[in-house]
Amino acid sequence: MCDQTFVAATFGPCECCGKASPLMNIYIKTEAINYCSFCVEVMACAGLTAGESVASLKKESETLKKKLEEERGKLSDIELNQVAEKVEVLGALAIKTRRVLKGHGNKVLCMDWCKDKRRIDGKVIVWDAFTLNKEHGLNLPCTWVMACAYAPSGCAVACGGLDNKCSVFPLSLDKNENLNAKKKSVAMHTNYVSGCTFTSSDMQLLTSSGDGTCALWDVESGQLLQSFHGHTADVLSLDLAPSETGNTFVSGGSDRKSNIWDMRSGQNVQSFESHESDINCVKYYPSGDAFASASDDATCRFFDLRADREVAVYQKDSVIFGASTLDFSLSGRLLFAGYNDYTINVWDVLKGTRASILFGHENRVSRVRVSPDGTALCSASWDNTLRIWS
Amino acid sequence: MSSKMQSSSSMAQARLMVQQLRMEARFEGIKVSKASSDLMRYCGEHAKNEPLLMGIPTSENPFKDKKPCTVL
Repeated sequence: MCDQTFVAATFGPCECCGKASPLMNIYIKTEAINYCSFCVEVMACAGLTAGESVASLKKESETLKKKLEEERGKLSDIELNQVAEKVEVLGALAIKTRRVLKGHGNKVLCMDWCKDKRRIDGKVIVWDAFTLNKEHGLNLPCTWVMACAYAPSGCAVACGGLDNKCSVFPLSLDKNENLNAKKKSVAMHTNYVSGCTFTSSDMQLLTSSGDGTCALWDVESGQLLQSFHGHTADVLSLDLAPSETGNTFVSGGSDRKSNIWDMRSGQNVQSFESHESDINCVKYYPSGDAFASASDDATCRFFDLRADREVAVYQKDSVIFGASTLDFSLSGRLLFAGYNDYTINVWDVLKGTRASILFGHENRVSRVRVSPDGTALCSASWDNTLRIWS
Repeated sequence: MSSKMQSSSSMAQARLMVQQLRMEARFEGIKVSKASSDLMRYCGEHAKNEPLLMGIPTSENPFKDKKPCTVL
């Protein structure tokens, strides 16, 4: 007859649908379930894994997390720097500034090398690194360009920033041509674009954004091919795995986590959380089996993907400013990291010690990149210049 | 209003987190000693070709300072 009337001891928000209504106090496996009558029926009919509630899920996630920690702990039989004791100590590095590129009217936030190692692109200027000539100049409608990347063919550049978009500009040798006219908006995010990179071809673009997601776009049509959800705060950086190791990339964000993603499925395959503050930059090790991250907690950390854990921390008591950028040398032995105290620290990746400090910039170092052939390092800074070191 | 939304979305969030953790738990890792020795081997193999490490003779360094020369 009337199955809606029952004696209810409590009234309040239902744990399932959230509506305030008389709650049926029932117990499933000694756990109190406070659902309204409708939800209890739904639960009974749907044959849910009985007793699934926020509380039981939380418990399960706690036990899973503990299990993961244990498994990771079992793998940690030795420290990287202990294994590396057999390696020869690095000799003194003779690296100094060879070029200073002035021409930006404001802070330089990002730069990228071209495959043929001669041109660098920094906040809309394409330079020839040897002769210091400016080859192209682009004007963007947005005031802050936070990410830029060279296409593998060298024929286009992608840049994005506070305009929430990432646009691709084809480059031409004709200096008179207005490059802005050929601009194509490819990526559309709901917050600033923090990083971008082309994948193996000129046709696909991977972007990371302040809206907490990363996305893969088709350049020609502007279509979203895959999106990557999982970060719980702004994604500040991303890096593509070196080509031999397949379709994965790493991203780091303000939620202090760095995640490894499979580009085809959109799945988050591995996650690392050991930094104490925002991760500003992530970069793969040249072999593709590891990556490093630079953070506002003044440390850079090295994570091995196959051992699924952090294997080294690069820090010193005297280094108290956040690291905003990093890059590996060609062999992976050296790690160059740019800091907010205007210096670049060069770390010995294997031994965990600092090999050298590079002074010269007069403001924060916003980006460091080693040239594709490994002969030089370029650093971009808030002092409006780029420096080439070798 | 917000508390009602929270209780149903926290359910969904908790479910997603458990699914993600279940997937991560299936991961088979290798020992750090093996991973470290592989990293060292990679460095060793490539260090010979590394200009920033080995240093290039100034004559070959494309970035070396060019001394101005005057033609008399």
